[in-house]
Amino acid sequence: MKYLDEFRNPQLIAKAVDEICGLADPRRQYRLMEVCGGHTHAIYRFGLKDLLPPNIELIHGPGCPVCVLPMGRIDDGLAIAAQPDVIFAAFGDMMRVPGTHGSPLEHKARGMDVRVIYSPSDAIKLAQSNPGKHVMFFAIGFETTAPSTALTLLRARAEGLHNFSVFCNHVTIIPAIRAILDSPDMRIDGFIGPGHVSTVIGCRPYEWVARNEGKPIVVSGFEPLDLLQSIAMILSQLQKGESKVENQYKRVVPWEGNGAALRWMADVFQLRPYFEWRGLGFISQSALRIRESFAEWDAEQRFHVPGVSVTDPKAAQCGEVLKGVLKPSQCKLFGRECTPDNPVGSLMVSSEGSCAAYYNYELRKNPKESSLCTLA
Amino acid sequence: MHASLSGRASESRGERAVPGIRFRDPQIEMAHGAGGSASRRLVEGLFAPMLFGPRSEPLSDAARVTIDGTRLALTTDAFVVTPLTFPGGSIGELAVNGTVNDLAVSGARAEAMVVTFVLEAGLPTSVLQAEIQAMADASRRAGVRIAGGDTKVVEHGKADGMYITTTGVGSFLPGVEIDPKSVRPGDKILLSGWIGDHGVTILLARGDLALESDIRSDTRSVFPLVEAATLAAAPGIRWMRDPTRGGVATALNELARDCGLGVVVSEDLIPVRDAVRGACELLGLDPLHIANEGQFLAVVAPEFADAAVRALRKVPGGEGSRIIGDVREQPAGSVLVANSYGGSRIVDMLVGDPLPRIC
Repeated sequence: MKYLDEFRNPQLIAKAVDEICGLADPRRQYRLMEVCGGHTHAIYRFGLKDLLPPNIELIHGPGCPVCVLPMGRIDDGLAIAAQPDVIFAAFGDMMRVPGTHGSPLEHKARGMDVRVIYSPSDAIKLAQSNPGKHVMFFAIGFETTAPSTALTLLRARAEGLHNFSVFCNHVTIIPAIRAILDSPDMRIDGFIGPGHVSTVIGCRPYEWVARNEGKPIVVSGFEPLDLLQSIAMILSQLQKGESKVENQYKRVVPWEGNGAALRWMADVFQLRPYFEWRGLGFISQSALRIRESFAEWDAEQRFHVPGVSVTDPKAAQCGEVLKGVLKPSQCKLFGRECTPDNPVGSLMVSSEGSCAAYYNYELRKNPKESSLCTLA
Repeated sequence: MHASLSGRASESRGERAVPGIRFRDPQIEMAHGAGGSASRRLVEGLFAPMLFGPRSEPLSDAARVTIDGTRLALTTDAFVVTPLTFPGGSIGELAVNGTVNDLAVSGARAEAMVVTFVLEAGLPTSVLQAEIQAMADASRRAGVRIAGGDTKVVEHGKADGMYITTTGVGSFLPGVEIDPKSVRPGDKILLSGWIGDHGVTILLARGDLALESDIRSDTRSVFPLVEAATLAAAPGIRWMRDPTRGGVATALNELARDCGLGVVVSEDLIPVRDAVRGACELLGLDPLHIANEGQFLAVVAPEFADAAVRALRKVPGGEGSRIIGDVREQPAGSVLVANSYGGSRIVDMLVGDPLPRIC
């Protein structure tokens, strides 16, 4: 299949693995973080860990929007949807995420009007075809999905659509990377930079990671060859003692980002002073809220929101896993109380969540006797 | 999914605790009907211990009942698809083929069928008539007699137009013994053709995705294929399953759990059409989790594998048959999918319905 098979070509992949083996110093350990949940998913989906030398460890980062959403926000969204004649609309990703009293799907089973949509414009259509009801779009995502939410709000205002609102949970990636780097127990040699987010924000916002923190960061695509090439590029920088931002995903990511998308976001959103992230706590200026000029379409302003903060179950160690301090299997609940069928923490829900990815694709696999390249 | 009724029925009634009830979910969710791990939990944890008694056999596609010394295969299946018609088929055709196929993969030829319609008030007669015609055509093609039926009508808004349940009885093919416990390391995994066509067709036919493609449901009777394979390799056929809801991954996981061995398949050997692959890539779904309505999987002893494939490929519609992997000691109870470039991943049963990944 065009544009897929080229990036999964066994010969090219073998070449990239050879290059990585040549660049990796067998005397040292490499800890590389893939920031983006899409990368975590791809790494497990394609079994890339099987291909890497054992001294390259991939740490799963915080870039899974479902995973970092605190339970209180889900409860708040569901509290709004519990009011009469409200339709709760969200992406499929959100449907199994547990709130205090169950996930949106469980609320649907109890009678709440919950709809899976595939794009925010579907929520507009839903509002138009249900004039007697109010459609609340539960918006999540980093800068990847924020522009489409912004466009939807611009459209709702332009069309004078009054039975529609957005419960905004959009977050921004840079403060999350900063929080990871500020965490005292964190030791990372380089970053695989997010691909989809960077189509919007470009590569420039990562320059401080390279300049001030001295860490290489390579913006990467999502196919096996993309990820392997990005790892080789990071190793090459480390070998030369460099730290810079590089763009492996040039076929999609412009260095300067997407100006139009950034303008729509600026028109509709402003930074919240602070926002709670699951596992990482409160991070200042890390999330978006809807501007006053769109107050009519802001569910938080339009409805009473309980605004409760819910602490995660004590035994769940989502935070440590999210920061890469613990591997998923090192959490006390992993695979026992917490499974994809019955998730306790949201890392077990989204297929981008490191726990679900680890559970689905890695658990029970025999430890490989050796990887493809042998270390001297 | 059906448990064999050959075990003695439990005598406990009413409030007395029934041993073996393990189902603790407080309410029924959509996932319990999606054919994946939640469905299995419900059937094994609640239905089986309460209805089939403590010593029931592993769950399979049809029950074995013995009447006056004659062994019969018995199965029932309910169909609740939206939309009622879709490219390549409709609910009526599915209802016939689904039951024929459950019997076929149990090693049985469908002999007769009864049907129950649950109709929603307001359903146009023309729609019902079209589905009855589809059932008549499908039963003629499959060579099964529709011998009786029942109709109920519910209020408008209480059903998606119509639900159909078919119950079929079949006679076992000679020489076929289906039992996951007979599966051995070294056995081959056989797949009858292209996967994911039905599930992706339904997903696209719902019209929510604004994706278009010429993909069609693969609904058909797989009995001619099963018959050809058993004629060529009956003593070597140890297990069969039609990978419907939950897809190939769920069927193979059931195999792995029931036989306690590892199932290892090569991703590149599993035929997936570009349209199915493309839709799955876009939506973050795995073709291995997508439903099929006209395929079957079999475990065949290695010495019979080539004969089974050769026989299948001679049957119209069986040209895509192939060996996709084998049974190994490890990873015990799991399914490992290996790719062409040296990576591998564990693939579990489907959890709930396949939900697209957007953000």
